[in-house]
Amino acid sequence: MDIATKQPGVLKPKVGSRSQNIMASRVVLTVLMFALGILMILPFLWMISASLKLQIDVFEFPIRWIPENPQWQNYERVWAGRYPFYRFYVNSIIVTVGATSLVLLTASLGGYAFGKLDFPFKETLFLSYLAMMMIPPQVLLIPRFIMFNWMGWLDTLTVLIIPNAVSAFGTFLLRGFYEQIPKDLSEAAIIDGAGHVRIWSRIIMPLTRPAMLALMIISAMWRWNDYLQPLVFLRRVTNYTIPLGLDFFVQENTAQMNLIMAAAVTATIPLLLLFLITQKYFIRGIVLTGIKG
Amino acid sequence: MSLTKKKYEAIVAYSFLAPNLIGYFLFFLLPLAFSFVLAFSQWNFMSGIQGIQFVGLRNFLEMPGDRWFTDSFWNTIRFTVITVPSAMILGLLAATALNEGAYGAKVIRTMFFMPHITSLVAVATVWLALFHPSRGPINNVLRSLGIENPPLWIASSDWSLISIIIASVWAAVGYQMLIYLAGLQGISKDLYESADIDGANGLQKFFRITLPLLTPTTIFLLMTTMIGSLQVFAQVNLMTQGGPGTSSSVIVFYVYRSAFQFYRMGYASAMAWVLFVLIFFVTYLNWQLRKKLLKIF
Repeated sequence: MDIATKQPGVLKPKVGSRSQNIMASRVVLTVLMFALGILMILPFLWMISASLKLQIDVFEFPIRWIPENPQWQNYERVWAGRYPFYRFYVNSIIVTVGATSLVLLTASLGGYAFGKLDFPFKETLFLSYLAMMMIPPQVLLIPRFIMFNWMGWLDTLTVLIIPNAVSAFGTFLLRGFYEQIPKDLSEAAIIDGAGHVRIWSRIIMPLTRPAMLALMIISAMWRWNDYLQPLVFLRRVTNYTIPLGLDFFVQENTAQMNLIMAAAVTATIPLLLLFLITQKYFIRGIVLTGIKG
Repeated sequence: MSLTKKKYEAIVAYSFLAPNLIGYFLFFLLPLAFSFVLAFSQWNFMSGIQGIQFVGLRNFLEMPGDRWFTDSFWNTIRFTVITVPSAMILGLLAATALNEGAYGAKVIRTMFFMPHITSLVAVATVWLALFHPSRGPINNVLRSLGIENPPLWIASSDWSLISIIIASVWAAVGYQMLIYLAGLQGISKDLYESADIDGANGLQKFFRITLPLLTPTTIFLLMTTMIGSLQVFAQVNLMTQGGPGTSSSVIVFYVYRSAFQFYRMGYASAMAWVLFVLIFFVTYLNWQLRKKLLKIF
């Protein structure tokens, strides 16, 4: 970019050539970045292309990006095989919706207590909360497995929802937003006779909708893509979530790369489409949680 | 009056916090304590709760002599030391390029970001095919470029970890770019304009203005990405199963294996605590770095 702006500019410092140079450098930058961007999505394109081929054509070279005879029945095998993929979708939706809505509720209540109320041991409790964020989930995996086994929770979807219903990160995030809301607002409401439940639900929550949305998106993404917990806690294939279902499908069909890619497309493309449609909120949410967290 | 108001507020606060506190006690504190006990015990899960035997430090003493553990440990460090800077530098370059005014920045941003929202299982599945040693597209391309013996990638002990790193960087770079973009947009344009007047070139502007002002973003990304990398698991379990041999095994993979394939709950818990100490150490270093650097700027 610098080469493009500099070389002629040094010799002829005219105003017109300078803006032309800036244009030229922007064009070079654009071409370069588009090339890299295409490189980034090439694995997706290959995946889609391979999913529509015959098994023998998957690795053909040079790569035929648009299959001659699209094998749509590959998808039939994925969607209507012995372990149909829609089952995994249903499970993933239950887990994601369940855990995310509970996290929003608990984090919002907790965030209100930490951000807006005074109570004994507040500092101690808050610090121990922060300390919890440091614990890697892998440390808790084994004892949780044993506990859930005793509780009879193993191999149920509950095991992926209830233990993930509280989030130190979420509480911490929302507390940060609630703290920024001026005290006058809630004090005025108290004078008007409003209780804390009312202030929380009618003033604080509506005012921090972007923060809630951000937490919703990031929690949903974590639950949707979680692999380790389902892998350890689930047994029956009919309980599998999408990542585990895809893993299972890959192992069942090792030699059939076309079917595997059809399953991979099935597992990823709907979420990618959802992302493309709601991109604005998605990106804002990820940036918001990233910077605050 | 004021005392009762205080009391009322405390009652409200604790009832608001109740779901959190119960959840924390049951699903965090209790398992944490249990895990700590297990780390100093020997226990085959199959033998029931009476089978737990206290063995002191034996689990920890076993680790240095266990090749699977030592290799997993160093592979985890290697993975982190390569993946984190690669993803961060590429992310920063991409963000800078977009911020410098490439046309269609939004479309490019989307293309870079798509791998990040894809589940790691799907990422691993696709790269498994791309890295296919004999017929995969990557080696087909390399061969057509005249490289006669391209690496065997996941099937070679020299390349297996690198294959996992490549897939992981691909999946991570969009996130780095996005956070850096947000950081870049917080830098005032005036600074660059006055640098222009002083005759600074692009590189000078980048190293004297952009990079120093991005320090908080860099530290944040460094910390979160390092912690995430130390916990790498899905790609390893799906692409190589730690192999060939131990060449791509990592700590979490070996923890998982010891616990749920060999049923050595005590040893696996002890290793999980080693990971915790490692993460703690990294977080501590990052905090020190943050203190030091943010004071300067």
